[in-house]
Amino acid sequence: MSEKKLINFLWSVNEGIKEEMRRDPNVCLFGEDVATVGGPFGLTRGILDEFGPERVQDTPISEGAIVGMAIGAASVGLRPICEIMFMNFITLCTDQLYNQAAKMRWMFGGQIKLPMVVRTLTAGGYGAGPHHSSTLEAWYAHTPGLKVVMPATSHDAKGLIKAAIRDDNPVLYIEPLTSYRIKGEIPTDEYIVPIGKADVKKEGTDVTILSIGRMLERAQKAVDKLAQEGINAELIDLLTVNPLDMETIYQSVKKTNRLIIIHEATKICGVGAEIAADIAENLLDYLDAPIKRVCPPFTHVAFQPALEEAYMPQVDEVVKSAKEMMG
Amino acid sequence: MKISKEIKLELYKKMVLIRTFETAASKIFAAGEMPGFIHLVLGEEAMCAGTVVPLRKDDCIFTTHRGHGHCVVKGADLKRMMAELFGRIDGCCRGRAGSMHFADIESGCMGSNGVVGQGIPIAIGVAYAQKYRKTDAVTVVFFGDGACGTGSFHEGINMAAVMKLPTIFVCHNNLYAQMTSIKWHSPIENISDRALGYGIPGESIDGNDVFKVYETFCKALKQAREGKGPTLIEGKTYRWHGHFEGDPCKYRPEGELEEWMKREPLKLCEAHLKKENLITDDEIKKITEEAEARVEEAANFARKSPIPEVEEIFKDIYA
Repeated sequence: MSEKKLINFLWSVNEGIKEEMRRDPNVCLFGEDVATVGGPFGLTRGILDEFGPERVQDTPISEGAIVGMAIGAASVGLRPICEIMFMNFITLCTDQLYNQAAKMRWMFGGQIKLPMVVRTLTAGGYGAGPHHSSTLEAWYAHTPGLKVVMPATSHDAKGLIKAAIRDDNPVLYIEPLTSYRIKGEIPTDEYIVPIGKADVKKEGTDVTILSIGRMLERAQKAVDKLAQEGINAELIDLLTVNPLDMETIYQSVKKTNRLIIIHEATKICGVGAEIAADIAENLLDYLDAPIKRVCPPFTHVAFQPALEEAYMPQVDEVVKSAKEMMG
Repeated sequence: MKISKEIKLELYKKMVLIRTFETAASKIFAAGEMPGFIHLVLGEEAMCAGTVVPLRKDDCIFTTHRGHGHCVVKGADLKRMMAELFGRIDGCCRGRAGSMHFADIESGCMGSNGVVGQGIPIAIGVAYAQKYRKTDAVTVVFFGDGACGTGSFHEGINMAAVMKLPTIFVCHNNLYAQMTSIKWHSPIENISDRALGYGIPGESIDGNDVFKVYETFCKALKQAREGKGPTLIEGKTYRWHGHFEGDPCKYRPEGELEEWMKREPLKLCEAHLKKENLITDDEIKKITEEAEARVEEAANFARKSPIPEVEEIFKDIYA
């Protein structure tokens, strides 16, 4: 049995990157502020010192060129990790992600592969306002050719960054800023968390609560509250939004016959909408209650903390929904 | 710069090949055998030959929606290239890419692009890898004057200049951004003036003079190979067939095409070679016939290649 250690999310990603850079000289890192200062929030500290300026480089504020450069480098066999500081800035490299990275292998008849990682950050919960707090995974869940992962714990952060770096496809790796300082247990031995596999964080029998990204913390609180009321919820962390692990969700829903989905992106056309539709298409007979999505309204994330919180899915809403479903 | 007889003849032959390929593509498209859109580089052959002839196999090129000429010179297999334009399974991209998204990685043709300007950032990534691996290979990226209005043009050149990447930025200034005259889309006459803002060399030249293109390009190539960073080259040239095949070109001032045809690149080159006694009429005939035979063979290969099975659209989405 492997030893465990406590580590926060930020250092966990840092460790994962460093381990992969030691393992494979083709892994390189570039983006805004990633080298000299070690990242805007310190996540890439020490990487320049260990691997040097040839493998770790600061870039101009040029999101399109950052992702484009990663695509080009990956197309000839490097394994670049690039950083788009906040997920809102992904709009500035959308052509590179959507028209170029996602399509290139397919478009070229399989002549190339693109082993690259685009790390980005969502700052929801920080009062960072409309231009830094959006959660846009649905755009890329809708995009064939990309993979999209959203870890919320130290354990999954490290395991998924390593999997993303080793993957031969473009992987969008979305980090929640509110998780950066939260400590969690990880094995001291090397491990990987596979892309495309949801994780059942807690088994249960009465209702499935499916969480995406940093909503895991709220989902966990709801599970604990429900337990106090005698409801045994199963908690799944989706972890990967593209490709979707419907199998794990099917198994859970077949068992609990009830599904609540919680995510931070707006409810309309969010990833939860696709999952709900899939369950309705394939598993309707198993449902004892309508599927419930506890997701934000169709508006923007305010900078004002009270208004920001009003946007966010609430623990009590999950609890209330579960109780209603249980009749 | 003294250009050898061999190089001069090579430049000429490659221009003939491009002219022949594009002329055939035009006819085949008009006959309805080629699906989608095609954009021909007829009239701009000197820009393709003068830049790609000096490259090595391990150098890479990125081209545009108007990209056949560069790929023909870089060494893409003509048969598989034509099959791709026809949308057939034996095409380099198994018939998924067509003309506008064509790539032949083996020969260093790293991708045409359907989105104006977007090949530029990807090209600097290949240059990044060439530098990372400490090779002296280079990457050349082609674009039109229209691309100079995109953010990718600025971001890509700026980044390459900051990182001193072995990239050569080559602008075919054919006077139109799709259908809008450069008078309306650029505040400056010479695109290469923008090089100053990136601290790199820039040069504007007659893009119909293949020897001038070759000479200018070789300087940039030497600089890039020696690790001294990128250059921006602008060649003034003209596209005969407008933006896309079938473009009625109503936006052109009367007589503009005729003016440019007087200085068309292939005839200019031919006149030079004849003047210097480097080529005879018989040799010209032979070169032309050889190119025609190769292109005809490619077209016949393409015609015989099957249309891809429907299952093809589900392949290669992920590695």
